[in-house]
Amino acid sequence: AESEPPWGTPCTQLLVSVAAPGCDGFPSLDSKESYELSVSEGSLLLSADTIWGALRGLETFSQLVGRDENGTYYINQTEVVDFPRFPHRGLLLDTSRHYLPLRAILETLDVMAYNKLNVFHWHIVDDPSFPYQSLTFPELSKQGAFNAMSHVYSASDVQAVLEHARLRGIRVIAEFDTPGHTLSWGPGAPGLLTPCYLGKSPSGTYGPINPILNSTYEFVSSLFKEVSTVFPDFFLHLGGDEVDFTCWKSNPKIGAFMKEMGFGQDYRKLESFYIQRLLDIVSSIGKGSIVWQEVFDALVKLRPDTIIHVWKESSPPYMEEMANVTKAGYSALLSAPWYLNRISYGQDWMAAYQVEPLKFKGVPEQKDRVIGGEACMWGEYVDVTNLTPRLW
Amino acid sequence: RRRAMGRAMGLVGLLLGLFLVPAVLVSTSLRHGAPWTEPELELSEWEPISNTVPENSLWPLPQSLRTSRRQLQLAPGRFQLVHSTGSLAEPDCGLLQDAFRRYYDYMFGHSDRRRHSRRPPGAREEPELLQLQVVVESLDPGCHSYPHLGSSEAYHLTVTEPVAILKADEVWGALRGLETFSQLVHEDDYGSFLVNESEIDDFPRFAHRGILLDTSRHYLPLKSILTNLDAMAFNKFNVLHWHIVDDQSFPYQSIYFPELSDKGAYSYNHIYTPTDVRLVIEYARLRGIRVIPEFDTPGHTQSWGKGQKDLLTPCYKGQQPTGSFGPVNPILNTTYDFMTKFFQEISNVFPDAYIHLGGDEVNFNCWKSNPEVKEFMKKQGFGTNYAKLESYYIQKILDIVSSYKKGYMVWQEVFDNKAQLKPDTVVEVWIGDNYAHELSKVTGAGFTAILAAPWYLDYISYGQDWKKYYSVEPLNFPGSEEQKKLLIGGEACLWGEYVDATNLTPRLWPRASAVGERLWSSRSVTNLEDAYERLSNHRCRML
Repeated sequence: AESEPPWGTPCTQLLVSVAAPGCDGFPSLDSKESYELSVSEGSLLLSADTIWGALRGLETFSQLVGRDENGTYYINQTEVVDFPRFPHRGLLLDTSRHYLPLRAILETLDVMAYNKLNVFHWHIVDDPSFPYQSLTFPELSKQGAFNAMSHVYSASDVQAVLEHARLRGIRVIAEFDTPGHTLSWGPGAPGLLTPCYLGKSPSGTYGPINPILNSTYEFVSSLFKEVSTVFPDFFLHLGGDEVDFTCWKSNPKIGAFMKEMGFGQDYRKLESFYIQRLLDIVSSIGKGSIVWQEVFDALVKLRPDTIIHVWKESSPPYMEEMANVTKAGYSALLSAPWYLNRISYGQDWMAAYQVEPLKFKGVPEQKDRVIGGEACMWGEYVDVTNLTPRLW
Repeated sequence: RRRAMGRAMGLVGLLLGLFLVPAVLVSTSLRHGAPWTEPELELSEWEPISNTVPENSLWPLPQSLRTSRRQLQLAPGRFQLVHSTGSLAEPDCGLLQDAFRRYYDYMFGHSDRRRHSRRPPGAREEPELLQLQVVVESLDPGCHSYPHLGSSEAYHLTVTEPVAILKADEVWGALRGLETFSQLVHEDDYGSFLVNESEIDDFPRFAHRGILLDTSRHYLPLKSILTNLDAMAFNKFNVLHWHIVDDQSFPYQSIYFPELSDKGAYSYNHIYTPTDVRLVIEYARLRGIRVIPEFDTPGHTQSWGKGQKDLLTPCYKGQQPTGSFGPVNPILNTTYDFMTKFFQEISNVFPDAYIHLGGDEVNFNCWKSNPEVKEFMKKQGFGTNYAKLESYYIQKILDIVSSYKKGYMVWQEVFDNKAQLKPDTVVEVWIGDNYAHELSKVTGAGFTAILAAPWYLDYISYGQDWKKYYSVEPLNFPGSEEQKKLLIGGEACLWGEYVDATNLTPRLWPRASAVGERLWSSRSVTNLEDAYERLSNHRCRML
């Protein structure tokens, strides 16, 4: 009859051809994710330079397969040539404000793969809790997790995440945010945080990491040595955002140090002093650094391959910041317009979709330094009961 | 309000003889576990004080609550929820039997210790609470009937050893009391079940405390609706306002007019069969929840036109029909023949005394474009005032529905456009601008009102928006005492444009809990810090 679809020869195989050998590595910023897909009569061919491109192509292929009302699976004759515009396409999850059970993280990685996102930015610890079970410093999670038995990520949990991600071509970049956002580190690492003062005596509360003690740098060095072995990606995210100077200002020993160093009253110089040493530690371990924009804004001396993560919507407007960062020669990641935790009524996906990351004044070399961006799901109001529908 | 006391036993009688302190005083001074001063009662000062204040997870907060530091133990293997011998709820009161099992499960469900066992050595020294006895006192307790607007939901709970007593006029109050009792039982650090000696006298401030679910913008599978009814019971909500059909889809499978859902539902998998509907109604009844269906007309009816030809008004461009349709066609007799039959079915299927007839957001453009409608307007002498045509239509529907001995609820436009309403009509105020003024007008005209306007929970926003819902004071409108009495409650609405089974529960709860306490608890219960503590505990319990 005239309404019979013109089915071609039934397809039995999708042939996958990958140019570069080896399946056992981890994806990196430089990984090639391009692929070509050719669907024609009697031939289904997916070819890619690397396994990562093959993964992207498989996802696309699965999206092309349709099913008609009789239940027959079909695919149209198609030619696809595909590659990502930006190499760093990330998602941030926050497992400190609320613990996320392993299954929530693995499910998120699955959905990231459906959407060709390739970086899982694991904001693993922060002020409220320290769920990362450290081998070098077991007290950190023992004292700092919401519950040291149930609300922790063991070494095998972390391995599970890394492998689940790898199999989907997703890089895992861990963030151990310092010197601010570290209250939960205090109980398990006495002496690490700055004691705040009320007049001449300690008030009993604590502030950011204490930047004037040698013990601080010994600690940080050991911790990051461990973290750099546990997490295989070249990059670590070092944080460096929202450092509150009030506590430092109240502490007389810090005041003395400021004088000694000739920093005057400019505590940004103290912050920079700390970050500088941290950056040196991390690069001596052989890792690259990603930092929140404050580190750049504070004029810290950065290695040229440092990546700056732009998150503030204003002061300055984020497109201006993107221009400044790239003009100064650094690579930039954009998150400012993509804070998905800030929910609102209606189809807010459109606002996120309409962001054009390169819409700032700059020369082509600058634009090339924008390596991508990240959608962020901060955890103040998010746990496993609402993560998935809020994020997707 | 003092409950009538039945036969008392020993210490229980002593406690029951105490005067009840008015809610205001109690809520500010005694709530935080301050010991009683009555000399007859032993103060167990030497007992370890638990970290949790006994009432730090009660939600909504009862009208009158007294607790002592004295605790009682419960053994899952021995504790029972039973009918008292004095209760007028027959032994075959299935509703309460079901509730007993359900609440036992909520309290001890994940415990391994539900089997009978002897008291282990080294067990705590507290006296054991063996039973909660439930006494229902009215001659017509309500076991086999449906809850209604006038049902009594008051209860009196006395928790003391060896037997706690829950007294209520009707089974509905017993259900509310069981929920409260289950909120008082807590576990200590060692896993022992404890309850503090308490006396609670409670009743709702407002009689109509509803949740609106929209199953037309997105179909909601049964499971979703039933889970929601459970959550409503945790929060003492007592009305499910089922906005079952609308423009987008018609999932209600009608017996007389099967084409309505055949053609109007999203798919055959996206319908509510008569069995589904009966299940929802019974599941709700067992939780003391009324189901009020809304069949919204004459607007919001696009999906009706798919299965019922000639029901909707054909729109015109000049002299030609455009092929699209507007609201229900108010000028045809066939419209009213259909509605007569349709609402006969609805009146039979839904047992509640009320049906919600909608009447909101009627767009006049299509009517204005249709030459026959214009002709009708002329004949009726309505001029160009289409609000009169709307009222003409609504009037006839209201009359049809009252002929089936049902009361009706309508959205505020029906009142605003001056339709002739029966005195027992309930007007639902939903328009956000100046709703206090609308409440004055509605109650000033002598109609009962319910408030939805500040509680559109589909309007999500970042952060702790529950505080905004909690801080609404429904009686903050200009009016006399008599007028204020006409505000019988409110509803938290979760419209379905952006909601389906994948996100309904976390979007609605615990935000709706804020509305639940506002509608149940005393007007003076407004402290946000205290509410935060109780609500966060309550939320974890609901999970």
